[in-house]
Amino acid sequence: MRTPFIVRFLDATPRSGWIALGLFAAVTLVLMPALHLFVPEDSPFHVSTYVITLTGKILCYAIVAVAMDLIWGYAGILSLGHGLFFALGGYAFGMYLMRQIGRDGSYQSDLPDFMVFLDWKELPWYWTGSDSILWSLFLVLALPGLVAYVFGWFAFRSRIKGVYFSIITQALTFAAMLLFFRNETGFGGNNGFTDFKRILGYDITAPEMRAALFALSALALMGTLVLGRYLTTSKFGRVLAAIRDAESRVMFIGYNPLHYKLFIWTVSAMLCGIAGALYVPQVGIINPGEMSPANSIEIAIWTAVGGRGTLIGPVIGAGLVNLFKSFFTVAFPEYWLFFLGALFVAVTLWLPEGVVGLWKRLRARRAA
Amino acid sequence: MNTVAGVDTGSGVDTNLPPPAADAPGWEEESRALGHLLAPGVDVSHKVILYLEDISVSFDGFKALNNLTLAIDAGELRCIIGPNGAGKTTMMDVITGKTRPDSGTCFFGQTIDLTTLREAEIAHAGIGRKFQKPTIFENHTVFENLELAMKADKRAWTSLFAWLSSEGRDRISDTLKLIRLDTQAERQAGLLSHGQKQWLEIGMLLMQEPQLLLLDEPVAGMTDEETERTGELFKSLAGKHSLVVVEHDMAFIEQLGGKVTVLHEGSVLAEGDLATVQADPRVVEVYLGR
Repeated sequence: MRTPFIVRFLDATPRSGWIALGLFAAVTLVLMPALHLFVPEDSPFHVSTYVITLTGKILCYAIVAVAMDLIWGYAGILSLGHGLFFALGGYAFGMYLMRQIGRDGSYQSDLPDFMVFLDWKELPWYWTGSDSILWSLFLVLALPGLVAYVFGWFAFRSRIKGVYFSIITQALTFAAMLLFFRNETGFGGNNGFTDFKRILGYDITAPEMRAALFALSALALMGTLVLGRYLTTSKFGRVLAAIRDAESRVMFIGYNPLHYKLFIWTVSAMLCGIAGALYVPQVGIINPGEMSPANSIEIAIWTAVGGRGTLIGPVIGAGLVNLFKSFFTVAFPEYWLFFLGALFVAVTLWLPEGVVGLWKRLRARRAA
Repeated sequence: MNTVAGVDTGSGVDTNLPPPAADAPGWEEESRALGHLLAPGVDVSHKVILYLEDISVSFDGFKALNNLTLAIDAGELRCIIGPNGAGKTTMMDVITGKTRPDSGTCFFGQTIDLTTLREAEIAHAGIGRKFQKPTIFENHTVFENLELAMKADKRAWTSLFAWLSSEGRDRISDTLKLIRLDTQAERQAGLLSHGQKQWLEIGMLLMQEPQLLLLDEPVAGMTDEETERTGELFKSLAGKHSLVVVEHDMAFIEQLGGKVTVLHEGSVLAEGDLATVQADPRVVEVYLGR
């Protein structure tokens, strides 16, 4: 008898994986929000707003790193433009946040402040529906998905591969950044969106809202991991890995790699969109800087540091690099980029399988 | 020359072949539109399964194939020999859609024009190819290699929900026995010996259930015993399938015993059984002149 799909979907994650997810859920969905909300600020057990926001931010980055790994680690396609999809998701939700400000902006207008400043009299057509949360959530998925699909269709159809593909994605995000820098584009130019006030009418700076956004980010990460696990262990995932290792062989046994690449590429972009939408209300700002080529390269570094081709690796990588970054950019701000570059070189040379690979090697040595 | 050195290319073969495509009109258009529909069979009513006519391919002025004309009968086992650069691999590239010919026609059966199809569509039409250098999926297990190759609906969307049936499992284990890798099923394919990799690739070809197998130097790097066994396997496949074998190993070609075609500078120099071809002064000239 055929096993129902949902059972197979959940079954792809092994028992140990579910236990780990359960522990993770206990900490991120119950423990940390509770310590943030119900423990007084002077108690040593209080989780501060800073910690909640920083961790929530890192959870969003972890989603992006896993999305990057799906396309890079499992399909062998290195994207250096994933920051674009993240930013698009952020902008899509940012439009909703801007509309939620209502008349509380500096100019007390129905229009967002930057439009008043530009002397615009009405919302541009593409802002239609941006006051609806459902439409905005739809855009969060659809916008990065559509951009990725169209771009991927042309790139994969022309069989653009390897470093050429990486360079084109880099150019894509750079071009988008220049476009969003323009005031006329209608997304706030180089200032982007900020000064958010509310989501669904609730105060965005309230501890409850922070805790809720934090928990949602954790849930989204867990969902990404379970989905990633299913995708990579299904026949689809095996074909994908086969395309990575020997694409022509895959074609000659009758698979068309185009649709396989296009699907995982689009899914990866949509996951980035979700991460971006959760990130923006937590950090309180989105601007075209998120589309800078350096940002996208950093995403690749998280994934490489953690370990490509594993799902837990990118989560660890995003966590480690960003914790370092929080420390470094305060202690030695001018050296951060040098450190990041050195880290990438070191990982490429000595830890091709990242932290997870190191862990596996150490365990194998102990077992021997 | 219908019967050549033990391989009957005549009427005895037809009963083993799937019926002509007449019972499924228009499948070709459909297959092209959907990209991945399974081919119900190839029309071999004229006994010819593969027909190349006046194929020319040039790379930067170098004529890799020069008005090549070649016909392979259904169920035939054909060997192709020729010095390096004679165009053997290019010919396979043309048949499998990797290279488009500058001119000429290339038909699979009576109806399928291979020059208009893409690689994956040609594979679905029923042509399997083994590369010169064994290309298998090194990071997958032996079992998974065969699973991926197995004839099935190979669209991305279907693969997302695909589930290996017990019939599929049985077919894989049958093939594992045939290629003598049944004890290695869960082993990572990259760890196999060279000869075993060659066999695995042949196994993958069989899982596709192709009607025409193109085998580029299938016994390169095999031990004498492995070569011998491969020869036996190919001979047992002929009749049900059509095989085109490119080889340099004369002993192996002698063992196969089929018709031999000699390629030289992109066209056919001589054709016939091995002894005839070897006695041909032009063939001797080409081989010794180098």
